[in-house]
Amino acid sequence: MVVAVHHLAAAQDVAAIPTLITVLGYNNPGAAVAAVDGLVALGQDAVPALLEQIDGYNYGARAWAIRAVALIGDPRALPVLLETAKGDFALSVRRAAARGLGTIDWAKLPSDQAPSSQQEVLSVLIGAAQDPEWVVRYAAMAALEGLAKALAAPETQKPPILACLQQVFHHDETPAVQARAGKALETLGELADAIN
Amino acid sequence: MGQNPQQLVNAEGESLTVEQAIENLRQTADTGLRYYAAWWLGRFRVAQPEAIAGLVSALEDEGDRAPDGGYPLRRNAARALGKLGDRTVVPALIQCLECEDYYVRESAAQALESLGDPQAIPALRSLLAGGVAAAVAVPDKPHLVQPYNAVLEALGTLGATDAVDEITPFLEHEVAQVQNAATRALYQLTGQATYCDRLVERLQEPNLQLRRSAMMDLGAIGYLPAAQPIAATLAENSLKLIALQGVLDAHLRQIGFPQRGLTDEARQVLLLMDELL
Repeated sequence: MVVAVHHLAAAQDVAAIPTLITVLGYNNPGAAVAAVDGLVALGQDAVPALLEQIDGYNYGARAWAIRAVALIGDPRALPVLLETAKGDFALSVRRAAARGLGTIDWAKLPSDQAPSSQQEVLSVLIGAAQDPEWVVRYAAMAALEGLAKALAAPETQKPPILACLQQVFHHDETPAVQARAGKALETLGELADAIN
Repeated sequence: MGQNPQQLVNAEGESLTVEQAIENLRQTADTGLRYYAAWWLGRFRVAQPEAIAGLVSALEDEGDRAPDGGYPLRRNAARALGKLGDRTVVPALIQCLECEDYYVRESAAQALESLGDPQAIPALRSLLAGGVAAAVAVPDKPHLVQPYNAVLEALGTLGATDAVDEITPFLEHEVAQVQNAATRALYQLTGQATYCDRLVERLQEPNLQLRRSAMMDLGAIGYLPAAQPIAATLAENSLKLIALQGVLDAHLRQIGFPQRGLTDEARQVLLLMDELL
């Protein structure tokens, strides 16, 4: 089946979307990875059907669908990514959702909506920076870096991001998470200040 | 993060305070409560003297017995003590290496590794007595006569350089995970990269369990050249992230992070990890 899914994914045909989404529910990780790749390659065309899937009851499929919409970065997925990053009980799902919040394609959102949506993302990511699981905090650092580079209102929203990154850089209990915050600060041109 | 144990909740969603957990551990009427309290105190790193004392006395518990004759509370107490960083408990854990319950011995060896006190080395070495010839499976049990993986790993971490000659034959033990543990220990004790390359080759094994085990060993010893092969092996992203975290943490310790900033190697590992989120 994995090979068949690979072929279907490689076809990059919107007609394959429902089938690829069905595969997410088969509890076959190899096939699901291939289906996610296929759906991500189809990009925003796959988003409405994926969001519908996320509303469904199949938990395993839900996790894969979150990963797919996170990788696509379509702002229509924002509500579900925000909700998932805040409260999902599975750490791998919180991790994928947090990452997705950092790779939203903000150009696809009407420009007057960006500042308030970004404010929501910012609050959720700052919350995720306190998650008990190191990998969720790690994903939050990566996402804050992405968000900081795409801010519509940097003068008000960049300072809280930098404060959060600096806090984690100096005080997180997991060195890898500190390092991810450090890399974000470096990318934003703020690492030298943080070290001194 | 600096979690406040007072605010943490138990598995049923009820809040459990440090005082209650210690009290639950002290009482002997309800073995379930004691067992859970021992786990909780370790999970939330409650290292205050009352908790330590309660856990040490739980190492000699006779009340909680498993159907197989084992000592579930002792196992949990040993694991918890390994997380609390208090080396005064090392002699008590060394005693546990003689316990009749295999899983108590295994938990104690792992805890002794975490506590990092070389005092434990002679007792750990004695579990290797008889060498590979004696390291056979217990009939009808899913394990060998001793917890060789945990013992070998502990000897490596504790710097038991005198034990190299005893450990080397375990590279040829018939169980692949035991070979991995010996490989990992020998790298730690000799610094020779050829040992790690053996583990890196294991990442190509057709068997998923072996790939996972080699990956976690490479993460535990923090072998930087393994970062790319770990990211590329066929296994769950969650496990790859844990292994890469281990590799990165070891490198960060070496470079004096955070005071000295990041290196190109650290940036490379971070990039690999980002892709797996």
